[in-house]
Amino acid sequence: MAKIPVQFRLNGTDRAAFVDAPETLLNTLRRSLGDFAPKYGCGQGACGVCTVLIDGEPHLSCLTLSVACEGRQVETASGMADGPELHPLQAQFMEHFAAQCGFCTPGMLTAARALLDRNPNPTRDEVIEAISGNICRCTGYEPIVAAILAAAGSPGLRRA
Amino acid sequence: MLELRKDLFADERDDNLNVIGKGIQRQDMPGHVTGLTRYFDDHAFDGMLHLKVVRSPHASARIRSIDIAAAARAPGVKRVLRAADVPVNKNTLLSLINFGKDDEPSLAVDQVHYKGEPVVAIIAETEAQALAAKKLVRIDYEPMPAVFDVEEALKPGAPVVNETYPANYFEYHERFDHQKLRFGDVERAFASADMVLEHRYQMSPIEHAPTETNGSIAAPEQNGRFVVHSCAQGLFFALGTAAKIVAVESNRLHFIGGTVGGGFGGKVDSLTEPLAVLGAMVTGRPVRFVLDREEEMLYGSPRGAERIYIKDGLMRDGRIVARQIRSYFDAGAYTRLSSYAAIKCTAHLPGPYWIPNVSSDVHVAYTNRCPSTAMRGFGITAVDFALEVQMDRLAEAAGMDPMEFRILNAYRDGDMKPHRRKASNTALIECVQVAAGKANWPISEQGKRQSSLTGGGAGERAQIPATVLDARGQIGRPDTRQSGPTQTLPAGTSRIAPSKQPVMEGARDGRAAPTQVPRYEPARTATQPLAPAAYAPPPSPYQPVAGRQPPPYQPPPAPPSPAPAPATQTQHGAVRFSSVFGRRR
Repeated sequence: MAKIPVQFRLNGTDRAAFVDAPETLLNTLRRSLGDFAPKYGCGQGACGVCTVLIDGEPHLSCLTLSVACEGRQVETASGMADGPELHPLQAQFMEHFAAQCGFCTPGMLTAARALLDRNPNPTRDEVIEAISGNICRCTGYEPIVAAILAAAGSPGLRRA
Repeated sequence: MLELRKDLFADERDDNLNVIGKGIQRQDMPGHVTGLTRYFDDHAFDGMLHLKVVRSPHASARIRSIDIAAAARAPGVKRVLRAADVPVNKNTLLSLINFGKDDEPSLAVDQVHYKGEPVVAIIAETEAQALAAKKLVRIDYEPMPAVFDVEEALKPGAPVVNETYPANYFEYHERFDHQKLRFGDVERAFASADMVLEHRYQMSPIEHAPTETNGSIAAPEQNGRFVVHSCAQGLFFALGTAAKIVAVESNRLHFIGGTVGGGFGGKVDSLTEPLAVLGAMVTGRPVRFVLDREEEMLYGSPRGAERIYIKDGLMRDGRIVARQIRSYFDAGAYTRLSSYAAIKCTAHLPGPYWIPNVSSDVHVAYTNRCPSTAMRGFGITAVDFALEVQMDRLAEAAGMDPMEFRILNAYRDGDMKPHRRKASNTALIECVQVAAGKANWPISEQGKRQSSLTGGGAGERAQIPATVLDARGQIGRPDTRQSGPTQTLPAGTSRIAPSKQPVMEGARDGRAAPTQVPRYEPARTATQPLAPAAYAPPPSPYQPVAGRQPPPYQPPPAPPSPAPAPATQTQHGAVRFSSVFGRRR
């Protein structure tokens, strides 16, 4: 099967890959581009550990075809920090112990980032709604919600 | 936030703790929030192959034939593995500590014993090719009778689940068919109790459902070694198991792991490592074997279901005078860790309560279900659920507040446990008091004054009672006693000599005889069968005050608690808290 060339911006950098037609963005990110922050959890769009932003909107990369990402902006948890400087969400996740095994954390951060980019001062209910597609099997939802609320409205939220 | 109650057990603790009670950043947190933490699957290898297994669609079947020809020719397939390709195709997890017999193949040989049992492994260039080739494997099964209920499995004539244990129970030390606990005489206590309550509790299997599914990647290193990135919770357990199954020296395996995307006990079974290593050996290339979500849910081993019968003798004043437990742990088709669960369960009985007469029989039964394994207090959690529901029912029957009821019956330091050890480091009373306070649950002033440190070991509470034996001089099943006990272990017997005779009750009542039973001289009989100690209610260190419904019967005033023993030279530091090193004091 002939491979298809795909180009998109990944965390602010132009990247290219040759993909199979049915290949998912999750596989391309992990296996071709070496970004291991999005995880495989279910392959069915049920758990949210593969969540990435495409043009600022949260998407499940396990259900997204790579060829559909041509020319788009893809962002993952790997690109949240500005060099050594953590994104406020990352800092607050650390501060609030909002990760246990850590497997859902990249997807949680990405979903939370999409929320705060859109709505810097969400209510608790809006936070819960925003991460409702992300499963934390260690059941650490309370510290996660607290961390997102703490990050909301923080001055470093919108990076230049 | 974290709260350390320094007022509790203050005299028993050095306040030289530098970490406990303080918030300390975890060392793995920066990796978690930046996406840099590497789980087993977050490793790239050039030329990595993918392994998928063909699983049994039957709960119990004989394999007539396996045809892999079409699968082996399928696009991208590098190798198809069958049972004969596995160097040591029978293992039990705890064989690494010499416990139990090897009973589980990596790939089924001529029978399958649960739906989802791996039969054939396919190694292909891509996952899609491996999945496509799976459909080309032709396996001719002859379905066999299956058994799914623990008690049905133990009946005579039940289908044999697992040939290694033909009577469908785990054989402890190849001599005992279950875990047994006997203390005092429950039958006699039931006869004199004001009320006897019996209930049945049935648990369900529970899937751990970690967000990261089970899996591993094995890759050849130089010098004939293999590096294995594993999700295992017990990395050296997985290493030893893989080394045994693929028959290599363990120093040829280089296991890397410890970063687990949620385990909860479901990643101790080495479900993928042995076949991944074998695949890397036979292909010379990196091999990745990862369960997909459906496999994880259906065939990742669950918490074993338990069926628990609890029968309690209760006095109107709220004291529990007898507790009899019969429990069946559903191991599924193979042992894995269920044998250990029953030991833990027995060690945990009768719960954190002082009860003068206790009897328990905990069985590990094989059924044609997915083998069960460790999960968060397995062997303990389910029985605790049953015990605590039972405690609420008992409290209701006694007309007592459930919190007060627990305080009344709680272990206190110095109480004799049915395991013939003195309780120490007990804290149930304090836990109930704190829980009641947090929940604004009113408890009496008297209840608030109780302490685990006082009143324990008073009078009968420190004694080992005369314990009934069956007609053969062994601690038998109560239901085999026709008329009263014929023999007793004298009061104070702290150690029961292990019976030299097999105590396989299955052999007695017509179930299949166990394998490899050692035969020695007849069991020792008690030389002087003492008259069983007349049951007398123990002096209660605590009288419950009236709850919403005052108990109709008020016990006599309790004698004052003995004065605390003069303080002896105490050990310092963590040793005092350790159940391994000894007592708190």
